[in-house]
Amino acid sequence: MNDGPLLQVEDLSVTFDTPKGPVAAVRGATFALGREKLGIVGESGSGKTMTGRAILRLIAPPGRVAAKRIAFDGQDLLALSERALREVRGRRIAMVMQDPKFSLNPVMTVGEQISEAYRLHGRHNKAEAKRRALEMIGAVRIRDPERVYRAYPHELSGGMGQRVMIAMMLIPDPDLLIADEPTSALDVTVQLQVLAILDDLVSQRGMGLIFISHDLNLVASFCDRVLIMYGGRIVETCAAKDLHDAKHPYTRGLLNCLPRIDGGPGALPVLKRDPAWLALEP
Amino acid sequence: MITVANLEVTFGHGAKRVQAVRRASFSVAEGASFGLVGESGSGKSTVLRAIAGLIGRWSGRITVDGVEQKARRNKAFFKTVQMVFQDPFGSLHPRHTVDRVLSEPIAIHRLGDPERRVEAVLEEVGLGHSFRFRYPHQLSGGQRQRVAIARALILEPRILLLDEPTSALDVSIQAEVLNLLSRLRRERGLTTILVSHNLSVVAHMCEDLAVMNHGRIVEELTVEQLRAAAPREPYTRQLLTASLGYDRAAIDRFEDFGAETP
Repeated sequence: MNDGPLLQVEDLSVTFDTPKGPVAAVRGATFALGREKLGIVGESGSGKTMTGRAILRLIAPPGRVAAKRIAFDGQDLLALSERALREVRGRRIAMVMQDPKFSLNPVMTVGEQISEAYRLHGRHNKAEAKRRALEMIGAVRIRDPERVYRAYPHELSGGMGQRVMIAMMLIPDPDLLIADEPTSALDVTVQLQVLAILDDLVSQRGMGLIFISHDLNLVASFCDRVLIMYGGRIVETCAAKDLHDAKHPYTRGLLNCLPRIDGGPGALPVLKRDPAWLALEP
Repeated sequence: MITVANLEVTFGHGAKRVQAVRRASFSVAEGASFGLVGESGSGKSTVLRAIAGLIGRWSGRITVDGVEQKARRNKAFFKTVQMVFQDPFGSLHPRHTVDRVLSEPIAIHRLGDPERRVEAVLEEVGLGHSFRFRYPHQLSGGQRQRVAIARALILEPRILLLDEPTSALDVSIQAEVLNLLSRLRRERGLTTILVSHNLSVVAHMCEDLAVMNHGRIVEELTVEQLRAAAPREPYTRQLLTASLGYDRAAIDRFEDFGAETP
C-alpha cells in the first residue's frame, strides 16, 4: 500500500450523447481522498451521483467517462480491463445505493445475499460465510441476526434494509466505500443511527468514505471535508466544520435558503443562480 | 375552523389490522397554520386524508367550518377545502395539460369564466401564461408543485391541506415554494394544516404543531416552545436533537419509542 492519497481523481468528465447533442453531467472534477469522510453535496442534476459512479466506471452507454487519471491505491482504474476492474469493485471499493428496496434481490434471503458477497470475494466455505455474515449483521447493530439472516428483503423496514446493504458492502473489507444518499429514504433518527454505524466502521477499519448527499447540514456535521457541486463542477471544497463560512455564492445561497427552527417566519432568501458559476474555471 | 376529536383510523382486518391513528384530537382556528410532524408511519398523513375526505372509514368527530363531516363529502366541502400532495410527479395527470388540470375544477363547480381564472391563478403562483398549455413532463419538479398549488387555489378555498409539499424538491426550490405558500396564506387568509417530517419546515411555516408517533399525538406545542427547545415529551426532544444534524454522542442516547399497547 502506498502512502499517497487513497483515491485521486483528475479532470473527470461524464458526458451523455443524446439526439440533441452531448450533455455534460460532470465537467472537469478534480479531487483527492485519504482515509477520511468526504462529502459530495449538490442539488439534483449537479453531477454528484455520476461522479460516484464514474469512479467505479458504472456508467452505461450512451454515457462516456473521461479523465486524466482516476488513481486508486496506485493503479489507474481507467486503464484496467473489465475483468481486472471486477476485482476492484466490491472487494476494494464498495458502493451503497440510495434505496434498499431496489438494491436487494427480492427472491433471495438477506443471509444468502450477504454470504454470497463474502464468498465471491475469497474462497470460503458455506459455514464460514454464514458465520461471517451473522457477525456482520451483528456489527451493523441488528438485534436478532439469526432472524434477519433468514428474512427476505420485503420483511425488513427501510432502516433495516439499509443496514443489510451496508453489511453486505463491508463484508469483503473494502478500502473505500462510496455511499450515494445511503440514508435519504429513512426517518431522521434512523438515518443518524445508520450513519453512526457507518462512522464507527469507517474509523475502526481505516476506510475512506465518499458520502454523497443533498443535505448540507447533515454533511457538515458528519463528514471531515466537503465538495460542493453545481452544474457538473466542483465549485468549492472546504473542511466540513467551515461549511457555514463557505465563500462561493452558490454554497452561501444554498445554506441561506434552508428554513431553520430558530429562524423567523419571514420570507426565505431565494437562491439567485448566476450563469457565471457555470463558466468559471474551477 | 377545523376540529378533530378522538379520531381513529384502522386499516385491514384480522391479523393485518393496523391502527393508523389513535384518538387524535386537535383544533385549528380560522386563519391559523397548524403543523403535524412525525416519522413515517406515525399517521400524520392519514389524519390529513381523513379531514380531506379521502378515507372512507374512520370514527370520532371531524368538524370543518362548523359543519360536522360524515364519510361522504358534498361539493361545497371541496370548494372550502383543497389539498396539495407530496409528489408533484404523481399528482398531475401526465396526459392533461396545465390548462386542462386547472379548468376541470372550474367546470365541476360551474364557476364560469375559466379563461380569466386560469390566467389569474397561473400568475398568482408565479408561472405565467407561457406554462398554460404545457404537459407535466415539460415542467420541473418545482413548476409542477406550483401547478398543484394553482389547482388547489383555483376554487378559492378557505382551507388548504398540505401533505409534505416540498419534500420531493431541492432546497433552493423548497424555499421558493414555501415563500409562495406563505404569501398566499397571508393574502387570502387561508387556514392551513401542513404535514411534514421536517421540523425546520414546520417551524418556519406554522404557529402551532402536534408531534405524532405510532398513530398518537404525543405532544402539542407552539413554535416558540419548540424554538426554546422546551418540548415536554422525550420523543419530541429526540426528534429535535435529530433534526440538528449528526452528533455521535447524542445518537447513543436515542431511545426506541415503540407503539405501546393502549
